[in-house]
Amino acid sequence: MKKLFFFAALVGLLQTVNAQKYITRTGYIRFFSTTSVEDIEAKNYQFTSILDAATGELVFKGLMKSFQFPKALMQEHFNEKYVESDKYPNAEFKGKIKDFKSEILKVGKVVEVMVEGDLTMHGVTKKVSEKGTVELKADGKVVAKSQFKVKPEDYSIKIPSLVRNSIAEVLDIFVDIEYSPLEKK
Amino acid sequence: MKYFLVFTILFNSFGLIAQEDLMNLLNEETASEEKKKIVYTTATFKSTRIINSHSIENPGKGVMQFIIHHRFGRINSGWREFFGLDNANIRLGFEYGINDWVAVGFGRSRNEKLYDLFAKAKVLRQSTGSLKMPLSLDVVSTVGINTLKAIPGRENEMNLVRRMSFAHQLLIARKFHEYFSLQLMPTWVHRNLVPKRTDENDVFAIGAGTAIKLTRSVRLTGEYHYVLSKETANQFYNPVSIGIDIETGGHVFQLMLTNSIDMVDNLIVPKTAGTWRNGDIHFGFNVNRVFTIVDYQKRQQKKLLKAQQKG
Repeated sequence: MKKLFFFAALVGLLQTVNAQKYITRTGYIRFFSTTSVEDIEAKNYQFTSILDAATGELVFKGLMKSFQFPKALMQEHFNEKYVESDKYPNAEFKGKIKDFKSEILKVGKVVEVMVEGDLTMHGVTKKVSEKGTVELKADGKVVAKSQFKVKPEDYSIKIPSLVRNSIAEVLDIFVDIEYSPLEKK
Repeated sequence: MKYFLVFTILFNSFGLIAQEDLMNLLNEETASEEKKKIVYTTATFKSTRIINSHSIENPGKGVMQFIIHHRFGRINSGWREFFGLDNANIRLGFEYGINDWVAVGFGRSRNEKLYDLFAKAKVLRQSTGSLKMPLSLDVVSTVGINTLKAIPGRENEMNLVRRMSFAHQLLIARKFHEYFSLQLMPTWVHRNLVPKRTDENDVFAIGAGTAIKLTRSVRLTGEYHYVLSKETANQFYNPVSIGIDIETGGHVFQLMLTNSIDMVDNLIVPKTAGTWRNGDIHFGFNVNRVFTIVDYQKRQQKKLLKAQQKG
């Protein structure tokens, strides 16, 4: 028993010693809503995220005000009335890649993974579990992509009845991140 | 077995602590960029007009706004005039945001057959973040040209210059809270030609406007101008208005009760001939509709996409 304990602790220690973290400050996240009335699309090019390649842990943080809409008025409504970005400026995700092993990151191989964790938006935190892909590129960067669905209602985002038909109940989210190795200071 | 169980629990909780640490690391790494960000206050008012007068808001860059202003007659006109609904003053106008801080507009009112042209510039914008500015400050100037037919026989007394009037205003506003905005507007109206020798060519006033949020789409508004110039103040009344702004997807509807039948500051400030005390109240509305003419968002997206590809 003692041997097992010692061995497990050693493995744990080795993992922290080998930690390579990846970071992005220009993460791309797009969301899309389609209804019979109109299609709405918003793009955010300024999400920040860190991926810990030793443990598969993942954190995201982004400013709601950085979502760009095709019309200035849509953007104002989004911030003022729906997500109330003055009260809740950021969207955050804290989670990890399920069953992560550092061997998953192999150069040139696109690996399907399951990401689970807590997504916080508009002051509401929900557990999410979604599919994604990761790929280690030859230049040392990691590309992570995911596509999943989000219900604004789940995050207490209320759409006023006057515009209820212009915004879908379920939105498509597209995540496309290119991580660069985080230089240790 | 016991040790194994304890170890497993500890190991799992390390996972959660590690995620929190990771978030802290992210915050540290991005702190320098976060510090540089300026957060500008948006939606101090829901429209470019509080009720009758200009608010500090402009249409966005590349955005055209169309406004229909409608003021009915006085409610005390009695049932024969359908309590004022039979009578109406209308203004149709367009405004366009040239860039983030300048907008120009053009309109025409039925009263005095007045054409107006204005330019509104944002000098200061309320902001928090790396630059803290407690107020928004705008400068707006309106040129009005009255195109009423000259009195027959006296046409040569009238020329373009004599038909002109100018209104200059400083708009000083602050969004105190999500629910409350206040604006002060010192105003100077200059009329090139006035009816009597004793009338003032220059009229000064100080105005105030407010917006109070009732729901996400509805705000209660109020507006008041105090005319300082004595002679004009003796002949005319201070314009007092109260209203409700209702915002839908692309329209802002502004409903109001006011003692002023005019819709351009050149006339509202010096020529309000009615008073609430007598029941000289006009029911009116503004309908605002915005159209995106030049898509600057797309241009900015292309720029950001290039930045992402580089870094």
